[in-house]
Amino acid sequence: MSQLDYLAPASAEDAAKALAAGGDTARPLSGGTDLLVQLRAGRLKPGLIVDLKKIPGAIGIREEAGGFVIGAATSGAALGEHAPLVRAWPGVVEATNLIGSTQIQGRASMAGNICNASPAADSVPALVAARATCVVVGPTGRRTVPVEEIPVGPGRTSLAPGEFVLEIRLPPRGFHAADAYLRSIPRTEMDIAVVGVAVNLTLGVDGVITDARIALGAVGPTVIVAREAAAVLVGTRAEDDVLARLDEAARAVCRPISDKRGTAEFRTKITGVLARRVATIAYARAKERI
Amino acid sequence: MKQHVTATVNGDPVEFLSDPGMTLLDALRDELGLTGSKEGCGSGDCGACSVVVDGRLVCSCLMLAAEAEGHRIETIEGMAEGSVLHPLQRKFIEHAALQCGFCTPGLLVAAKALLDSNPDPSETEVRYWLAGNLCRCTGYDKVIRAVMDAGAEMRQARVA
Ligand SMILES: Cc1cc2nc3c(=O)[nH]c(=O)nc-3n(C[C@H](O)[C@H](O)[C@H](O)COP(=O)(O)OP(=O)(O)OC[C@H]3O[C@@H](n4cnc5c(N)ncnc54)[C@H](O)[C@@H]3O)c2cc1C
Ligand code: FES
Ligand code: FES
Repeated sequence: MSQLDYLAPASAEDAAKALAAGGDTARPLSGGTDLLVQLRAGRLKPGLIVDLKKIPGAIGIREEAGGFVIGAATSGAALGEHAPLVRAWPGVVEATNLIGSTQIQGRASMAGNICNASPAADSVPALVAARATCVVVGPTGRRTVPVEEIPVGPGRTSLAPGEFVLEIRLPPRGFHAADAYLRSIPRTEMDIAVVGVAVNLTLGVDGVITDARIALGAVGPTVIVAREAAAVLVGTRAEDDVLARLDEAARAVCRPISDKRGTAEFRTKITGVLARRVATIAYARAKERI
Repeated sequence: MKQHVTATVNGDPVEFLSDPGMTLLDALRDELGLTGSKEGCGSGDCGACSVVVDGRLVCSCLMLAAEAEGHRIETIEGMAEGSVLHPLQRKFIEHAALQCGFCTPGLLVAAKALLDSNPDPSETEVRYWLAGNLCRCTGYDKVIRAVMDAGAEMRQARVA
């Protein structure tokens, strides 16, 4: 086996330096539920693993300026136990909590889910619908990047050598707002999404949708923001005829592949069905808050 | 470079040397001689390697041994009090919730983590919680019954 090193730096700056020095073969480590699998299967032969979990703030959730700041290596289980976060962003939390089993939830993070850049990653559509951003640290400083700009294709990200995600930020939550996420899988647990749909809605006091954002997973190389589908919902109360138009608009932007998990045609059809269901759930959640 | 790792395993301080690619599961089995945790898949799918780290259930096959530095680990070896079996262990035997036994340590560790955090789970909750523990022998039903029964006995013991 080639030489492999492990470092657990105590600051973000040291981590960026170590990653930059390690070059192509250096990898950040959060929960390891993707990295260790790839390492052990021999698909990945890193020279250096930089464990981010000793960096202050890498694990934990704090409320700031009405929004939430979530450390990159915070586990799905910890998100699910954080009552204010669950209340504000039920869709983001339910999407993340779908990842793997109880054991996987004990380690898996949203940052790892984003940076692993699988088209079927469950938390990513929900984060994109939520307009979440990543604070990216690198050898030359920090920048804030919308989540949808991190994955650029299956297994590829826009992060430069030495860069990593330090935290994920969820924006301040308006009144009467809620999100939701559903995926379609052949089983009830422990499977990879054939389609995933996230919807994030804000309502006026009269129950009319004033803002909508929809993101689709597993129907393109990266998450698709369905702008036309979202526009269908704005100005409505998500009535049946609106949902029928939403279904059509969501299907129109799908660009899925056919593989053993589902044909392109099947994935497209399911996207429309899920869009209707998820919009209905998000709407009901938001309405309860009026 | 080998890493010097110190951690707490089942309440005892331990130290060992780890190759950087070594998993916690390998360290437990090969460095510390705790062979109760099993490797079924090595990819996070089967749960045979389940341990509890700082109170959280995890797959030890998906954690580097070096990551254990300074942490508290509980394994199947810490479950019985000397020769007195944990109620879950007794109920697994009573309900014949094992055949070959390969999945059993992981199932017991996972079930204990459930009852520690939720002493009165519904059957659905037990089934979802244990979805990451695969068993090729029992068909799961006896396992679920054993966990429910152990939970009931432990609640009674608490009231008494
Ligand atoms: C049994 C099993 C079931 C699974 N089920 C699902 C599922 O249902 N849905 C799903 O979406 N995924 C699933 N996964 C995949 C995996 O658990 C998730 O993608 C998880 O969110 C990865 O997070 P992590 O913290 O473990 O990432 P890691 O393994 O630590 O990292 C993943 C990748 O991202 C990089 N990385 C990690 N952290 C950072 C950072 N902060 N900045 C930059 N790069 C970083 C790593 O170098 C690596 O390339 C499953 C995995 C297993 C083993
Ligand atoms: S050996 Fe770890 S999950 Fe199978
Ligand atoms: S008893 Fe044989 S795998 Fe479960």
